[in-house]
Amino acid sequence: MIKINLNFFVNLTRFLPSERNAFPVPGGTTVDMLMKDLKIPDNSVKLIFVNGKKQEKTYCLKHNDRLGLFPPVGGG
Amino acid sequence: MAEKCKIQERYIRNFNTFNEKEQKLLMKSHVSIIGLGGLGGGVCEMLARTGVGNLTLIDGDSFEKSNLNRQILSTENLIGKPKARAAADRVHAINSSIEVNQIIKYADDSNLYDLIKKSDLAVDCLDTIDSRFVLERAAKKADIPIVSGAIAGVAGQVIVFFPEDPGYELIYGKKSRNRSHGVETETGNISYCAMIVASIQASECIKILLGRGDILWKKMMIIDLWTNTFEVMKLRIENFIS
Repeated sequence: MIKINLNFFVNLTRFLPSERNAFPVPGGTTVDMLMKDLKIPDNSVKLIFVNGKKQEKTYCLKHNDRLGLFPPVGGG
Repeated sequence: MAEKCKIQERYIRNFNTFNEKEQKLLMKSHVSIIGLGGLGGGVCEMLARTGVGNLTLIDGDSFEKSNLNRQILSTENLIGKPKARAAADRVHAINSSIEVNQIIKYADDSNLYDLIKKSDLAVDCLDTIDSRFVLERAAKKADIPIVSGAIAGVAGQVIVFFPEDPGYELIYGKKSRNRSHGVETETGNISYCAMIVASIQASECIKILLGRGDILWKKMMIIDLWTNTFEVMKLRIENFIS
Protein backbone atom coordinates (compact mmCIF):
# COMPACT_ATOMS: atom_id res chain seq x y z
CA MET A 1 0.00 0.00 0.00
CA ILE A 2 1.02 3.58 -0.63
CA LYS A 3 -0.32 6.64 1.14
CA ILE A 4 -1.52 9.81 -0.56
CA ASN A 5 -2.86 13.19 0.50
CA LEU A 6 -6.33 14.14 -0.74
CA ASN A 7 -7.59 17.68 -1.27
CA PHE A 8 -11.06 17.98 -2.80
CA PHE A 9 -12.70 21.32 -3.52
CA VAL A 10 -16.16 22.90 -3.41
CA ASN A 11 -18.91 20.25 -3.51
CA LEU A 12 -16.39 17.41 -3.82
CA THR A 13 -15.42 17.74 -0.14
CA ARG A 14 -18.32 15.40 0.68
CA PHE A 15 -16.34 12.55 -0.86
CA LEU A 16 -13.28 13.10 1.35
CA PRO A 17 -12.48 10.06 3.52
CA SER A 18 -11.52 10.64 7.16
CA GLU A 19 -7.90 9.59 6.56
CA ARG A 20 -7.48 12.23 3.86
CA ASN A 21 -3.95 13.23 4.90
CA ALA A 22 -2.54 9.70 4.56
CA PHE A 23 -5.09 7.76 2.58
CA PRO A 24 -3.93 4.19 1.82
CA VAL A 25 -4.35 2.85 -1.73
CA PRO A 26 -2.79 -0.20 -3.42
CA GLY A 27 0.24 0.49 -5.60
CA GLY A 28 -0.77 0.93 -9.24
CA THR A 29 -3.98 2.80 -8.39
CA THR A 30 -4.89 5.43 -10.96
CA VAL A 31 -6.88 8.59 -10.26
CA ASP A 32 -9.78 7.04 -12.17
CA MET A 33 -9.72 3.91 -9.99
CA LEU A 34 -9.58 6.01 -6.81
CA MET A 35 -12.56 8.11 -7.95
CA LYS A 36 -14.57 4.94 -8.54
CA ASP A 37 -13.59 3.58 -5.10
CA LEU A 38 -14.69 6.81 -3.44
CA LYS A 39 -17.89 6.83 -5.55
CA ILE A 40 -17.10 10.22 -7.08
CA PRO A 41 -19.26 10.65 -10.21
CA ASP A 42 -17.14 10.86 -13.35
CA ASN A 43 -18.64 14.13 -14.59
CA SER A 44 -18.32 15.92 -11.25
CA VAL A 45 -14.54 16.40 -11.59
CA LYS A 46 -13.15 18.77 -14.19
CA LEU A 47 -9.58 19.30 -13.07
CA ILE A 48 -7.13 16.85 -11.54
CA PHE A 49 -3.95 18.16 -9.96
CA VAL A 50 -1.16 16.03 -8.56
CA ASN A 51 1.54 17.84 -6.58
CA GLY A 52 0.31 21.13 -8.09
CA LYS A 53 0.42 19.97 -11.70
CA LYS A 54 -2.52 19.13 -13.96
CA GLN A 55 -2.86 15.42 -14.70
CA GLU A 56 -5.28 13.06 -16.40
CA LYS A 57 -7.47 10.36 -14.83
CA THR A 58 -5.04 7.75 -16.08
CA TYR A 59 -2.27 9.09 -13.82
CA CYS A 60 -0.83 6.32 -11.62
CA LEU A 61 -0.61 7.55 -8.03
CA LYS A 62 2.68 7.41 -6.15
CA HIS A 63 3.52 7.38 -2.45
CA ASN A 64 3.12 10.82 -0.85
CA ASP A 65 1.37 12.30 -3.91
CA ARG A 66 -0.90 15.25 -3.16
CA LEU A 67 -4.08 14.79 -5.20
CA GLY A 68 -6.44 17.72 -5.80
CA LEU A 69 -9.84 17.38 -7.47
CA PHE A 70 -11.71 20.46 -8.67
CA PRO A 71 -15.24 20.54 -10.07
CA PRO A 72 -16.39 22.63 -13.07
CA VAL A 73 -16.73 26.24 -11.89
CA GLY A 74 -18.43 28.74 -14.18
CA GLY A 75 -20.13 31.41 -12.10
CA GLY A 76 -19.49 35.10 -12.47
CA MET B 1 1.95 70.49 -17.34
CA ALA B 2 -1.76 70.41 -16.47
CA GLU B 3 -1.91 66.72 -17.38
CA LYS B 4 1.14 66.02 -15.19
CA CYS B 5 -0.46 67.78 -12.21
CA LYS B 6 -3.71 65.90 -12.76
CA ILE B 7 -1.94 62.57 -12.84
CA GLN B 8 0.16 63.42 -9.80
CA GLU B 9 -2.86 64.42 -7.75
CA ARG B 10 -5.22 61.57 -8.64
CA TYR B 11 -2.66 58.80 -8.65
CA ILE B 12 -0.24 59.88 -5.94
CA ARG B 13 -1.13 56.75 -3.93
CA ASN B 14 -0.36 54.59 -6.97
CA PHE B 15 3.24 55.86 -6.94
CA ASN B 16 5.75 54.29 -6.78
CA THR B 17 4.10 50.93 -7.19
CA PHE B 18 3.60 52.30 -10.70
CA ASN B 19 5.80 55.03 -12.11
CA GLU B 20 4.44 57.95 -14.09
CA LYS B 21 5.23 56.33 -17.43
CA GLU B 22 3.30 53.22 -16.41
CA GLN B 23 0.39 55.29 -15.16
CA LYS B 24 0.22 57.02 -18.54
CA LEU B 25 0.36 53.65 -20.27
CA LEU B 26 -2.66 52.52 -18.25
CA MET B 27 -4.50 55.70 -19.22
CA LYS B 28 -3.96 54.83 -22.88
CA SER B 29 -4.97 51.21 -22.42
CA HIS B 30 -8.29 49.72 -23.46
CA VAL B 31 -9.90 46.83 -21.62
CA SER B 32 -13.17 45.08 -22.42
CA ILE B 33 -15.07 43.58 -19.50
CA ILE B 34 -17.59 40.96 -20.57
CA GLY B 35 -20.16 40.26 -17.89
CA LEU B 36 -20.88 42.88 -15.24
CA GLY B 37 -22.15 40.82 -12.33
CA GLY B 38 -20.22 39.72 -9.26
CA LEU B 39 -16.84 39.54 -10.98
CA GLY B 40 -17.31 42.21 -13.64
CA GLY B 41 -18.56 44.86 -11.21
CA GLY B 42 -15.46 44.38 -9.06
CA VAL B 43 -13.06 44.36 -12.01
CA CYS B 44 -14.72 47.47 -13.41
CA GLU B 45 -14.34 49.33 -10.12
CA MET B 46 -10.69 48.34 -9.66
CA LEU B 47 -9.53 49.02 -13.22
CA ALA B 48 -11.24 52.42 -13.18
CA ARG B 49 -9.61 53.37 -9.90
CA THR B 50 -6.21 52.05 -10.94
CA GLY B 51 -6.33 54.26 -14.00
CA VAL B 52 -7.22 52.24 -17.12
CA GLY B 53 -8.32 54.96 -19.53
CA ASN B 54 -10.69 53.12 -21.87
CA LEU B 55 -13.28 50.58 -20.83
CA THR B 56 -15.78 48.66 -22.95
CA LEU B 57 -18.45 47.31 -20.61
CA ILE B 58 -20.63 44.53 -22.01
CA ASP B 59 -23.71 42.93 -20.45
CA GLY B 60 -27.27 42.60 -21.74
CA ASP B 61 -28.68 41.81 -18.32
CA SER B 62 -30.49 44.02 -15.82
CA PHE B 63 -30.26 43.85 -12.04
CA GLU B 64 -32.49 41.53 -10.03
CA LYS B 65 -32.97 41.34 -6.28
CA SER B 66 -30.98 38.11 -6.21
CA ASN B 67 -27.89 40.08 -7.32
CA LEU B 68 -27.85 42.21 -4.16
CA ASN B 69 -26.03 39.55 -2.12
CA ARG B 70 -22.80 39.98 -4.07
CA GLN B 71 -22.77 42.28 -7.09
CA ILE B 72 -21.11 45.54 -6.07
CA LEU B 73 -22.86 47.57 -8.76
CA SER B 74 -26.31 46.42 -7.68
CA THR B 75 -28.39 48.55 -5.33
CA GLU B 76 -32.10 48.47 -4.52
CA ASN B 77 -32.82 51.53 -6.64
CA LEU B 78 -31.19 49.90 -9.70
CA ILE B 79 -33.35 46.75 -9.75
CA GLY B 80 -34.58 46.35 -13.32
CA LYS B 81 -31.89 48.70 -14.68
CA PRO B 82 -29.18 47.55 -17.15
CA LYS B 83 -25.92 46.45 -15.56
CA ALA B 84 -23.84 48.05 -18.32
CA ARG B 85 -25.44 51.43 -17.65
CA ALA B 86 -24.80 51.12 -13.92
CA ALA B 87 -21.19 50.18 -14.61
CA ALA B 88 -20.69 53.16 -16.92
CA ASP B 89 -22.25 55.51 -14.36
CA ARG B 90 -20.00 54.09 -11.64
CA VAL B 91 -16.85 54.50 -13.75
CA HIS B 92 -17.76 58.08 -14.59
CA ALA B 93 -18.46 58.83 -10.93
CA ILE B 94 -14.94 57.59 -10.13
CA ASN B 95 -13.21 59.28 -13.04
CA SER B 96 -15.11 61.35 -15.59
CA SER B 97 -12.17 61.34 -18.01
CA ILE B 98 -12.31 57.56 -18.60
CA GLU B 99 -13.66 56.72 -22.06
CA VAL B 100 -16.51 54.28 -21.55
CA ASN B 101 -18.29 52.27 -24.18
CA GLN B 102 -21.38 50.74 -22.56
CA ILE B 103 -22.91 47.85 -24.47
CA ILE B 104 -26.34 46.71 -23.29
CA LYS B 105 -26.28 43.49 -25.29
CA TYR B 106 -25.56 39.86 -24.58
CA ALA B 107 -22.30 38.76 -26.16
CA ASP B 108 -22.64 36.23 -28.97
CA ASP B 109 -20.73 35.06 -32.02
CA SER B 110 -22.37 37.73 -34.18
CA ASN B 111 -21.34 40.75 -32.13
CA LEU B 112 -18.50 40.06 -29.73
CA TYR B 113 -15.52 40.33 -32.07
CA ASP B 114 -16.58 43.78 -33.25
CA LEU B 115 -17.15 44.90 -29.67
CA ILE B 116 -13.73 43.87 -28.36
CA LYS B 117 -11.45 44.12 -31.41
CA LYS B 118 -9.98 47.51 -30.40
CA SER B 119 -9.17 46.37 -26.86
CA ASP B 120 -5.79 45.44 -25.49
CA LEU B 121 -7.33 42.60 -23.54
CA ALA B 122 -10.65 41.03 -22.58
CA VAL B 123 -11.76 40.17 -19.05
CA ASP B 124 -13.97 37.12 -18.79
CA CYS B 125 -16.51 37.75 -16.05
CA LEU B 126 -19.19 35.65 -17.71
CA ASP B 127 -21.49 33.26 -15.88
CA THR B 128 -21.84 30.32 -18.25
CA ILE B 129 -19.28 27.94 -19.68
CA ASP B 130 -20.80 28.17 -23.17
CA SER B 131 -20.42 31.94 -23.29
CA ARG B 132 -16.75 31.64 -22.35
CA PHE B 133 -16.12 29.66 -25.53
CA VAL B 134 -17.86 32.45 -27.47
CA LEU B 135 -15.43 34.92 -25.92
CA GLU B 136 -12.49 32.68 -26.74
CA ARG B 137 -13.39 32.65 -30.44
CA ALA B 138 -13.76 36.44 -30.52
CA ALA B 139 -10.54 37.09 -28.57
CA LYS B 140 -8.51 34.75 -30.78
CA LYS B 141 -9.84 36.56 -33.86
CA ALA B 142 -9.05 39.92 -32.26
CA ASP B 143 -5.62 38.58 -31.23
CA ILE B 144 -5.95 39.71 -27.63
CA PRO B 145 -5.45 37.87 -24.32
CA ILE B 146 -8.24 36.86 -21.94
CA VAL B 147 -8.11 37.19 -18.17
CA SER B 148 -10.65 34.63 -17.03
CA GLY B 149 -12.28 34.28 -13.64
CA ALA B 150 -14.99 31.96 -12.38
CA ILE B 151 -16.56 31.34 -8.99
CA ALA B 152 -18.78 28.88 -7.14
CA GLY B 153 -19.69 29.43 -3.52
CA VAL B 154 -16.48 30.51 -1.78
CA ALA B 155 -14.18 28.95 -4.38
CA GLY B 156 -12.83 30.38 -7.58
CA GLN B 157 -10.26 30.18 -10.32
CA VAL B 158 -8.26 32.66 -12.41
CA ILE B 159 -6.28 31.96 -15.55
CA VAL B 160 -4.84 33.96 -18.46
CA PHE B 161 -5.05 32.79 -22.06
CA PHE B 162 -3.16 34.26 -24.98
CA PRO B 163 -4.55 33.88 -28.52
CA GLU B 164 -2.22 31.02 -29.46
CA ASP B 165 -3.14 28.96 -26.38
CA PRO B 166 -5.54 25.99 -26.39
CA GLY B 167 -8.00 28.02 -24.30
CA TYR B 168 -10.98 26.91 -22.26
CA GLU B 169 -10.81 23.33 -23.48
CA LEU B 170 -7.84 23.05 -21.17
CA ILE B 171 -9.94 23.65 -18.06
CA TYR B 172 -13.50 22.78 -19.11
CA GLY B 173 -12.76 19.93 -21.54
CA LYS B 174 -14.14 19.48 -25.04
CA LYS B 175 -16.93 21.92 -25.71
CA SER B 176 -19.23 19.18 -26.95
CA ARG B 177 -18.97 17.42 -23.57
CA ASN B 178 -19.56 20.53 -21.50
CA ARG B 179 -22.52 21.46 -19.45
CA SER B 180 -23.24 25.17 -19.60
CA HIS B 181 -23.02 25.76 -15.87
CA GLY B 182 -20.64 24.61 -13.18
CA VAL B 183 -21.32 23.75 -9.56
CA GLU B 184 -22.33 27.36 -8.83
CA THR B 185 -25.90 26.23 -9.56
CA GLU B 186 -25.53 24.11 -6.41
CA THR B 187 -23.43 26.44 -4.24
CA GLY B 188 -24.58 29.93 -5.25
CA ASN B 189 -21.99 32.70 -5.17
CA ILE B 190 -20.79 34.66 -2.17
CA SER B 191 -19.82 38.34 -2.26
CA TYR B 192 -16.36 38.15 -0.72
CA CYS B 193 -15.36 35.32 -3.04
CA ALA B 194 -16.52 37.33 -6.07
CA MET B 195 -14.48 40.29 -4.91
CA ILE B 196 -11.30 38.34 -4.20
CA VAL B 197 -11.41 36.65 -7.62
CA ALA B 198 -12.20 40.01 -9.25
CA SER B 199 -9.15 41.46 -7.47
CA ILE B 200 -6.87 38.76 -8.87
CA GLN B 201 -8.33 39.36 -12.34
CA ALA B 202 -7.74 43.12 -12.07
CA SER B 203 -4.17 42.46 -10.96
CA GLU B 204 -3.57 40.16 -13.93
CA CYS B 205 -4.95 42.84 -16.27
CA ILE B 206 -2.59 45.49 -14.93
CA LYS B 207 0.43 43.18 -15.18
CA ILE B 208 -0.38 42.29 -18.79
CA LEU B 209 -0.92 45.94 -19.73
CA LEU B 210 2.35 46.98 -18.09
CA GLY B 211 4.34 43.90 -19.09
CA ARG B 212 5.41 43.36 -15.48
CA GLY B 213 5.32 40.60 -12.92
CA ASP B 214 4.31 36.94 -13.10
CA ILE B 215 1.15 36.23 -15.05
CA LEU B 216 -1.16 33.25 -14.51
CA TRP B 217 -0.22 31.92 -17.91
CA LYS B 218 0.18 28.16 -18.33
CA LYS B 219 -1.02 27.95 -14.76
CA MET B 220 -4.23 28.53 -12.87
CA MET B 221 -4.87 30.00 -9.46
CA ILE B 222 -7.35 28.05 -7.37
CA ILE B 223 -8.92 29.68 -4.35
CA ASP B 224 -11.01 28.03 -1.63
CA LEU B 225 -11.92 30.29 1.24
CA TRP B 226 -13.30 27.52 3.48
CA THR B 227 -9.78 26.13 3.74
CA ASN B 228 -7.79 29.33 2.99
CA THR B 229 -6.35 27.59 -0.07
CA PHE B 230 -4.57 29.80 -2.58
CA GLU B 231 -2.73 27.52 -4.98
CA VAL B 232 -1.19 28.10 -8.37
CA MET B 233 -1.49 24.89 -10.38
CA LYS B 234 0.72 24.21 -13.36
CA LEU B 235 -1.03 23.23 -16.57
CA ARG B 236 0.62 20.74 -18.87
CA ILE B 237 3.18 22.53 -21.00
CA GLU B 238 2.59 20.18 -23.96
CA ASN B 239 -0.90 21.68 -24.24
CA PHE B 240 0.67 24.98 -25.23
CA ILE B 241 2.18 25.78 -28.60
CA SER B 242 4.81 28.12 -27.23
